[in-house]
Amino acid sequence: MSRKILVLGEARDGALRNVSFEALRAAKVAAGGGEVVGVLIGEAVQPLGSELIQYGADRVVIVEDDQLRQYTPDGFSQALLAVIDQENPNGLIFGHTAMGKDLAPRIASKLSSGLISDATAVEEIDGTLVFTRPIYSGKAFEKKIITDGLVFATVRPNNIEPLARDESRSGEVASLAVEIHTIRTIIKEVVRKASEGVDLSEAKIIVAGGRGVKSKEGFEPLQELAKVLGGAVGASRGACDADYCDYSLQIGQTGKVVTPDLYIACGISGAIQHLAGMSNSKVIVAINKDPEASIFQVADYGIVGDLFEVVPMLIEEFAAVKQ
Amino acid sequence: MNIYVLLKRTFDTEEKINLLNGEINEEGAEFIINPYDEYAVEEAIQVRDDQGGEVTVVSIGCEEAEKQLRTALAMGADKAVLINSEDDVEDGDQYTTAKIIAEYLKDKQADLIITGNVAIDSGSGQVGPRVAEMLGIPAITTITNLEIDGHTVTVVRDVEGDSETIEASLPLLVTAQQGLNEPRYPSLPGIMKAKKKPLEELELDDLELDEEDVEAKTKTIEVFLPPKKEAGKLLSGEINEQVSELVQLLRNEAKVI
Ligand SMILES: Cc1cc2nc3c(=O)[nH]c(=O)nc-3n(C[C@H](O)[C@H](O)[C@H](O)COP(=O)(O)OP(=O)(O)OC[C@H]3O[C@@H](n4cnc5c(N)ncnc54)[C@H](O)[C@@H]3O)c2cc1C
Ligand SMILES: Cc1cc2nc3c(=O)[nH]c(=O)nc-3n(C[C@H](O)[C@H](O)[C@H](O)COP(=O)(O)OP(=O)(O)OC[C@H]3O[C@@H](n4cnc5c(N)ncnc54)[C@H](O)[C@@H]3O)c2cc1C
Repeated sequence: MSRKILVLGEARDGALRNVSFEALRAAKVAAGGGEVVGVLIGEAVQPLGSELIQYGADRVVIVEDDQLRQYTPDGFSQALLAVIDQENPNGLIFGHTAMGKDLAPRIASKLSSGLISDATAVEEIDGTLVFTRPIYSGKAFEKKIITDGLVFATVRPNNIEPLARDESRSGEVASLAVEIHTIRTIIKEVVRKASEGVDLSEAKIIVAGGRGVKSKEGFEPLQELAKVLGGAVGASRGACDADYCDYSLQIGQTGKVVTPDLYIACGISGAIQHLAGMSNSKVIVAINKDPEASIFQVADYGIVGDLFEVVPMLIEEFAAVKQ
Repeated sequence: MNIYVLLKRTFDTEEKINLLNGEINEEGAEFIINPYDEYAVEEAIQVRDDQGGEVTVVSIGCEEAEKQLRTALAMGADKAVLINSEDDVEDGDQYTTAKIIAEYLKDKQADLIITGNVAIDSGSGQVGPRVAEMLGIPAITTITNLEIDGHTVTVVRDVEGDSETIEASLPLLVTAQQGLNEPRYPSLPGIMKAKKKPLEELELDDLELDEEDVEAKTKTIEVFLPPKKEAGKLLSGEINEQVSELVQLLRNEAKVI
């Protein structure tokens, strides 16, 4: 079945996030040969339009306004609803990011539509779109379908392989003028803590530290390992509670949920609440001096040993093979 | 201050999950207050103690949710409402839940509604923002701090680790993120008092809702467990040999670097 699907692209520090390309891929599947329309909302997002097209959008609609410089639910809702009004799509796909999580339920509610949040896969089976999503913190999965109204989903970063970039693709990038009125929540200040280096929720490789890291300084070798691998640093709540690192790094049930290709857990015992945030990682490595630690039960590879001995050796080995 | 808290009774995720007839087997499982809703209850109590007013905790679900509501009352909430949907609706989704809650709240003149940012079982994070939208009030999600000065509310919002300070005015809905507060344990006198606090039970009829009004827009067609992970490989030998082997395995076997 052919459908017209809108994909809301998301930029961070002036560049599109990977999850936008993943959402385009999901939209391609959902469109079933129909049109995929990229949408960009912001202050100066025009230059990003062609990139959405190279990753699979057929054309792009841009809404630009001073008041859209930062994401606010009211501003972005007004802009997106105007695009929806113009395009009259059969479906919408966003990334399941802070913005997507915040915006999608509001739009779904405005349009009286269903919404499948945090999908990790989409397929068409006998003309019906079937979305897979984790439930119970990744201990189970469900397959869901839309029974009424728009096909609307948010996709979890790092789970759907984007299409390869095709620089020969071209398409229309058109602006839509939208008058933004009342914004009821005013952003007074933004403090950036997490933004240095690779974004945790989209990182392909994560080096995570727990209480076994023992101090703020103890995180330095982990940072170095992450750097060598082009990955990001994460942490258990134990490490955050002990003030070895910022809560923005916490992974788990009450922190971030991540699904990198490689997760290296250093000095983390593997409490169920931590596993809730990382057990769906593709490959898990555990480094722990306690052979009984439960992290070894989910690990693909384990080293029983002192992380302060193992991590520096790993840095050396990886640096050598990366050459 | 008229404060409402939305509370979901959830499966304790410490529990092992297994399936029975294609559904999550709840037999013998522990149920808890959704952890984020505990933050919501705690925050509501603190706001009330500071500003005066009343805290009402609302849950939709089955009769058994009374236990979690009593716990919230024992923490210090004033009243509880259980909307028992068991007999009226078979298949619901987030639209269903939000619609019922919004219908209940629409004439309550709530100043502040606090929800969890996500339920740890079905985990969509939709219900809070959906309810706010239906009520026509603003919502701020994943908050880690809340201050109220007259009609002005200043919150700190967690955005993937960064934080935004946001100003808005009442009425307002906020969703609680970890870090908002340390939820208290119910005290023994609290537990005794909770037994006498009002717990109202409603059905869809009482809200003048029909089954069709709340019909789900999505449907679960299958529940499955992830493939069992094969036992991992514990490496052996001298530490430096293990490290070399690991790097080789990651390159050649797992092919992740
Ligand atoms: C409602 C709730 C929500 C929670 N949410 C989360 C969450 O989101 N994320 C989370 O992570 N936790 C969460 N927790 C906490 C969780 O239960 C654990 O307490 C926490 O994950 C433990 O952190 P840890 O593994 O770093 O510390 P510990 O359990 O203390 O483990 C430290 C490990 O380091 C090892 N070690 C020590 N020294 C070395 C060394 N030199 N070399 C190698 N290994 C060493 C030890 O053998 C041990 O296994 C939550 C708890 C609750 C109740
Ligand atoms: C009548 C009815 C029938 C249902 N039938 C099914 C079914 O057949 N199959 C199925 O899988 N699920 C069913 N559900 C559950 C439903 O799919 C969702 O679990 C529910 O809507 C909450 O969504 P969520 O878990 O994603 O919560 P989220 O949106 O992640 O929750 C966010 C916050 O919203 C509030 N909240 C969420 N749920 C409730 C609640 N029930 N009461 C009070 N506050 C709440 C809490 O503050 C919570 O922290 C049914 C629900 C209802 C009401």
